[in-house]
Amino acid sequence: MVEIFIHEISKWAVPMLFFIIPGIAFLKGIKVYEAFVAGAQEGFNTAIKIIPFLVGMLVAIGVFRASGALDVFTKLLHPITDFFDIPGEVLPLALMRPLSGGAALGAAAELIKTHGPDSYIGFLASTMQGSTDTTFYVLTVYFGSVGIVKYRYSAAVGLIADIVSFLASVFICRTVFF
Amino acid sequence: MVNLIWLFLLMSGIFFAAVNGRIEVVTFAALNAAENAVQISFELIGIMALWLGIMKLAEEAGIVKIIALLVRPITGYLFPSVPRDHPAMGAIVLNLSANMLGLGNAATPFGLKAMGELQKLNPKKDEASEAMCTFLALNTSCITLIPATIVGIRTASGSIDPTAVVGTTLFATCCSTAAAVIADKIFRSCWERKRG
Repeated sequence: MVEIFIHEISKWAVPMLFFIIPGIAFLKGIKVYEAFVAGAQEGFNTAIKIIPFLVGMLVAIGVFRASGALDVFTKLLHPITDFFDIPGEVLPLALMRPLSGGAALGAAAELIKTHGPDSYIGFLASTMQGSTDTTFYVLTVYFGSVGIVKYRYSAAVGLIADIVSFLASVFICRTVFF
Repeated sequence: MVNLIWLFLLMSGIFFAAVNGRIEVVTFAALNAAENAVQISFELIGIMALWLGIMKLAEEAGIVKIIALLVRPITGYLFPSVPRDHPAMGAIVLNLSANMLGLGNAATPFGLKAMGELQKLNPKKDEASEAMCTFLALNTSCITLIPATIVGIRTASGSIDPTAVVGTTLFATCCSTAAAVIADKIFRSCWERKRG
């Protein structure tokens, strides 16, 4: 039931927005095509402006990913997760989650496939993947678009949120599914 | 801090690649990532243009204003430094709504529009303003009501109950957003005290 609901919302949300917004604008006497194009023009510059920021961040993350450094950090953190009885299998996902959305989604999909979607690890990986965003991607793109290089405490706040999201995922999945 | 993180990722990557005896992956990964960055930006051009065009219509029709008005008690509390009727508020609200509904590709254009508007209020153009930090705290922790992607993956891998994780995701995302908002408030007041 919920599944159908979510599926339908994902399917209908965008077409409905494209229907309702221009419709209301037209009824209000706005020259809809002209206004659309005027708004759309802003897109180009913003997207081009983020290129140097994105190159810098993605190169560092790309090198980190390819080097196998992740395995080392996973091993280093194993004693901590073991102590708290957190399955070590989800550690690479937890470490990758703030760095790369694509890599995290890949890791989550792999865990779901290997352990089964309805296993404890499957539930945990799903919850971890869905409950937070890719911190460094968001920071890079958003700050980059306006040329900001001094992030103040934003990275720290983002990482705190990621850690809390991970611990909350473990807690709730253990309570509900284990 | 971001300087250190960047350096850490790069240095530890090169170090462990050397230790693992596959230093050649560094060059490939770096060039590949640089190319990928441009590709992402180019793809963003079309998506940005599309959603900013729609947003312009929503603005002129007064829809953005109405939505911004509805959530003003919350946004007023979170962004005290942004004037109540500033266009940034509308873009912020649209961005957060798109995030909640899981409309990832609409969220970014609205978010960047909001950053552009916030930058107009920012006295130091190379440094993040308070409002920007709060906005990104909400964004990186991202309240999600509908985790559509992961439900799709669960369905595809033959789950008997793909949406079983909707509730747990909502719990975790609320915890992380609450943590982000609190951490942001604490860091902000520490920052102000440091500045004097």
